[in-house]
Amino acid sequence: MEIFDIFLLETVLNGVLFGGVLALLALGLNLIFGVIDVVWICYAELMMIGMYTVFFLTKTFGWNLFAAFAAAIVVVSVLGVLLHVLVIRPVLDSEPINQLLVTGGMLTFMQAAATLAFGIEFRNIGVSMPSLVLGEISLPWSRISAALTALVAMVLLWLFLKKTYLGTAIRAISQDRGIMPLMGVSPARIYLTTSAIGGALAGLGACLLVLQYDVHPAIGLSFGPLTFMVCVLGGLGNMLGGFIAAFIFAQLISIGGFYFHIEWGYVMAFAFFIVMMFVRPQGILGGKS
Amino acid sequence: MISRNWIIATLLLACVPLVVSSLYVMHVLVTLLIWGFIYTGWSLMGRFGLVSFGHGAFMGIGAYVTTLLWNLQGISPWIGIPLGMLLAVAVAVLIGYPCFRFRITGHYFALVTLALTEVVRSIIIALRDTTGGSLGITPTSALKDGATWSLTALQCSDKRVFFYAALVIWLIGIWIWQRIDRSMMRHAMQAISQEEDAASSVGVNVTRAKLTITVISAAMTAFGGALYSQYQQYINPETVASLGVSLQMVFAVIAGGMFVKLGPTVGAVFTLLLTEGLRVGIGNQINSLDSTIYGLMLVLFIIYMPNGILGKLMERKRASRLQPA
Repeated sequence: MEIFDIFLLETVLNGVLFGGVLALLALGLNLIFGVIDVVWICYAELMMIGMYTVFFLTKTFGWNLFAAFAAAIVVVSVLGVLLHVLVIRPVLDSEPINQLLVTGGMLTFMQAAATLAFGIEFRNIGVSMPSLVLGEISLPWSRISAALTALVAMVLLWLFLKKTYLGTAIRAISQDRGIMPLMGVSPARIYLTTSAIGGALAGLGACLLVLQYDVHPAIGLSFGPLTFMVCVLGGLGNMLGGFIAAFIFAQLISIGGFYFHIEWGYVMAFAFFIVMMFVRPQGILGGKS
Repeated sequence: MISRNWIIATLLLACVPLVVSSLYVMHVLVTLLIWGFIYTGWSLMGRFGLVSFGHGAFMGIGAYVTTLLWNLQGISPWIGIPLGMLLAVAVAVLIGYPCFRFRITGHYFALVTLALTEVVRSIIIALRDTTGGSLGITPTSALKDGATWSLTALQCSDKRVFFYAALVIWLIGIWIWQRIDRSMMRHAMQAISQEEDAASSVGVNVTRAKLTITVISAAMTAFGGALYSQYQQYINPETVASLGVSLQMVFAVIAGGMFVKLGPTVGAVFTLLLTEGLRVGIGNQINSLDSTIYGLMLVLFIIYMPNGILGKLMERKRASRLQPA
């Protein structure tokens, strides 16, 4: 095989791994949209706070990495609940666009507050992981473990939604939010649970990203828009669709970056998103609604 | 009545440079008028439920096309600005037409336009050899050998000139708002924003009405972007073409009130006073305190005062008028 193809293959594999992480990020957002019918524009900013949590717990307080991970997941999950109670709940019955805008306000708020509190420096937790070398291809373990964790988390979430009572209630409410209260399910409680799970998934995403990227207040902007695009492309609320869309997006960025420049990868991905919105506005797997 | 008040108010504003000599005050006023114009352009769409996060893209196109044509080809902004507006309008139609044709509304419309902003921002950064990338770009100065102004380059070191230009442009913005407010289109758009299918069933051409509004709004925003770059003499992707700018427009308009004529301008006054007040009061060291407060206030406004400051005041006034004496 020519050397050129090896690099291309490495790019594709890296794209697959990146797709795994994107899929996990999209999963939490999708769950929240499917159940509460609200898009958390500030989802990636919650993740940024999770990354800071890991950073400070390990670097400043000398915690064990995994303990810090657990703490970050709990912190972001609590933030998710607070976001729902303080910000989303008051506008739950107003126009849908207001719900988008309040979380947009939270995006600005969290990003600026993080700048205020932590400064604009890039911080790295300084955990370096070796790469897996297969012949001439080398793949960083941080990416492989991230993609694997994402896969496991997705399977667990799927089992939770399919097999448990609470999961069934969550799925039911996302299908018909009008009828469920009549069946004795309290939507308020389900919304809280969903926000907690969505927050926890953002926290998990933070743990995976902090191994690969430096933390800085604007990091949410590199992942946030991408995450919504993945969700919308997959059909908001459709988790399998989001999964597939994550891999398509990751490949576009990865291959576009390989042939041209990483920004062109993003341009291609976003342009593809816009075109797909016109071709299949209901998402790649969405049914006609 | 209204028009007489307007003439008096305009004359008073026009007298400001004769009385005030502070460069700082002039700078704040020029910035205010430029943003007031852009926010008015945004609210043309926003008030009819077309919440766009894509105006960062239009503003960026206007600013960058004008500046790049001048720097690279020496083409005067007199030609560059219309070209920038034309490109922004073309992009608006390219995105708007399918959106409206396929009934992409609400969340989905907001997210498609958000993707548009990201596309434009990424392209500006990707073309860093010509655009300067994230570092931004400065229009080549035409003010050499002690010249204080250049008509072809639309550059001028005297802030008063910019003040009068911005004042006229802002008034045109308000006039456009008023023209639309009193036209049939307003009724059509209001009907559409309430119930699209019902509106189309009584003979409103939904796609055309929305597209017209979008084109006007995009052209105004691109023009504002070009004006901004001519005045500031420096642009970068974060200040003219990012999600941050798009959110800033949304915030200011919501704070001021998007359903009343002067609402967007009141929003510009409010946000600018907040930013400048904090800067003067606390200093430059804490530079993101203003955004922290913006973000928080955007949330509070949407929860407690969705019609904005001016909207709320006018509601109060109307309510007190209706009360029996």
